[in-house]
Amino acid sequence: MSPRDLFGAALRGLGANKLRSLLTVLGVAIGVGAVIVLVAVGNGSGKAVQDRLEAMGTNLLIVSTTGGGGGFARGQAGPSAQQYSLTMSDASALTDNRLAPDVAAVAPVMTSSGTATNGDTSYTINQVIGTTPEYMPATNTPLGTGRSFTQQDVDTSQRVVLLGQTAATELFGRPTSAVGQTIKLGAVDFAVLGVLASKDSTGFSDPNATAIVPISTLRATQAGYGALNQIVVQAADKDKVDTAQAEVTQLLAARHQVPATQTSPYRITNSAQILQTSQDTAATFTALLATVAAISLIVGGIGVTNIMLVTVTERTREIGIRKALGARRRAILGQFLIEATLLSLLGGAVGVAAALIVSRFQLAGVQPVLVPSSIALAFGVSAAVGLFFGSMPAHRAAGLRPIDALRHE
Amino acid sequence: MRGRARGPTVAADALIEIRDVTKTYGAGETAVHALRGVSLRVDAGEYVAVMGSSGSGKSTLMNILGCLDVPSRGEYRLDGTDVARLTEDQQALVRGRKIGFIFQSFNLIPRTSALANVELPLTYAHLRRSDRRKRARRALELVGLADRADHRPNQLSGGQQQRVAIARALATGPRILLADEPTGNLDAHSTDEVLGMFDQLNAEGRTVVVITHETEVARRARRLIRVSDGRIVADEVTG
Repeated sequence: MSPRDLFGAALRGLGANKLRSLLTVLGVAIGVGAVIVLVAVGNGSGKAVQDRLEAMGTNLLIVSTTGGGGGFARGQAGPSAQQYSLTMSDASALTDNRLAPDVAAVAPVMTSSGTATNGDTSYTINQVIGTTPEYMPATNTPLGTGRSFTQQDVDTSQRVVLLGQTAATELFGRPTSAVGQTIKLGAVDFAVLGVLASKDSTGFSDPNATAIVPISTLRATQAGYGALNQIVVQAADKDKVDTAQAEVTQLLAARHQVPATQTSPYRITNSAQILQTSQDTAATFTALLATVAAISLIVGGIGVTNIMLVTVTERTREIGIRKALGARRRAILGQFLIEATLLSLLGGAVGVAAALIVSRFQLAGVQPVLVPSSIALAFGVSAAVGLFFGSMPAHRAAGLRPIDALRHE
Repeated sequence: MRGRARGPTVAADALIEIRDVTKTYGAGETAVHALRGVSLRVDAGEYVAVMGSSGSGKSTLMNILGCLDVPSRGEYRLDGTDVARLTEDQQALVRGRKIGFIFQSFNLIPRTSALANVELPLTYAHLRRSDRRKRARRALELVGLADRADHRPNQLSGGQQQRVAIARALATGPRILLADEPTGNLDAHSTDEVLGMFDQLNAEGRTVVVITHETEVARRARRLIRVSDGRIVADEVTG
């Protein structure tokens, strides 16, 4: 029996019960579609996190204190908290090329919050960042319009401010019209030098609702002369993040006389680590989704087996006739295998098409990113599902004795 | 037409030769003995009717003759080949090449045109598509249904369906036509038509074996074998 004949017989078989074939196809289609879409969603969310973190700068270290030392030092928190707090001189020591050769740039950070007003318009800025000009390139915070402040502005405590997109829009209607204007931050006038470019959120806070001022100005006008909140350190190179981190740890330990037996009172967050962690999380998430989808594909496959078993039982007499007319085992096996495979391949094609359409839309806030290999895999698996789940009914059909099959009512 | 040489030696033209064939279904106390030792020889060109009441074992005999079932014991040579030694697939091949089946319930494949039904055994015999078509059309012409080639079984009358089945049985040019109650589901007119066809086929030299319980059908044959309780009780030349 030629492939064309087998194909024709299989198609006629499927056409004999269109609704049943359609529903079986649907089962496989849902399985295949689910695999592709869910993998795309997992991939998409992973990509989104990665993009955000890369926007933050990948060779970034953020140094902060954990308050006291680790564990037992807590009881004597007063003096030790003082002893370990980050200072401006820590920041300038880190710029020393001999002590920390792999550090490219250092920016001390103090934060505060306050209400900014422009005439009658006021806006609460959750994060007023006091820092030095190095902060902007180190944290990958480019300016949209206007200009940044300079080291000289910091040295002379100039009352200048860079506004985030949201803050500028809230105060001036349009971000561009803010440049050159004056706002009040607390009770003090600040000249708006520039507006930051819009930035994607990296966490809970809106990076566009910030204002950046020279650190000296912030200390003089708002925050006082306490400890620094953070020191932002940019490693010389992406590959030198780890060595830079080691240098920073060592230098700070030496400067603050941290006993070797004690856990470091400094927490150094490495953006590469965050990236790695979130990528691992995304991979786990994707694997979880793929597993769920694979289960639905198996369920679809069982649907194929089920329907083929019904078909074989229904057509037992036909199988008997075919055998009486000289059909060999292989011909019967082929006919039913092709029928099952056609069902699942059709389901696979419908599933792929549906997945391509569905993944164009945002799902649960995630823009799915299709993984080409998942499409190939899901389609291939659907063909395999047909062969695998169809083989049991097909073997049953082929193994029928002609006399039993003919007698079947 | 060759005469029937009867005797202990196997003649060269023996088409069917069974010896001491028994068929038992089940085992132990519930065993059913459908055939209790049957020996039979049919030569090429014969027209044989096998008669018997329901349960006499005539259908079992027909299934064994058609290689649809295997005997429990005994020997079956079909056209010189020992059927017991054949594999399942080889038996399928024998059925396809040497035997044309005609069933009481026609047994056409539903939702499939008359032509495709007639083509089916040719397909399993691996004939080329164009040859298949040609031979199937010729077979349909032979039974007078060339104009119904594209009709499906449910669009044909019982008599027409049985004629399609005959065309299908003839398409491969088999050595034996094996008919199991071929007129059981037909009216008087169609019965006449079908039996007339058998007469003609036999006159052309085809071996025909008809299983029936109708005397009218059996009268047409030229040799009558009566089966009762799993044994051959009579074997006579009638025409």
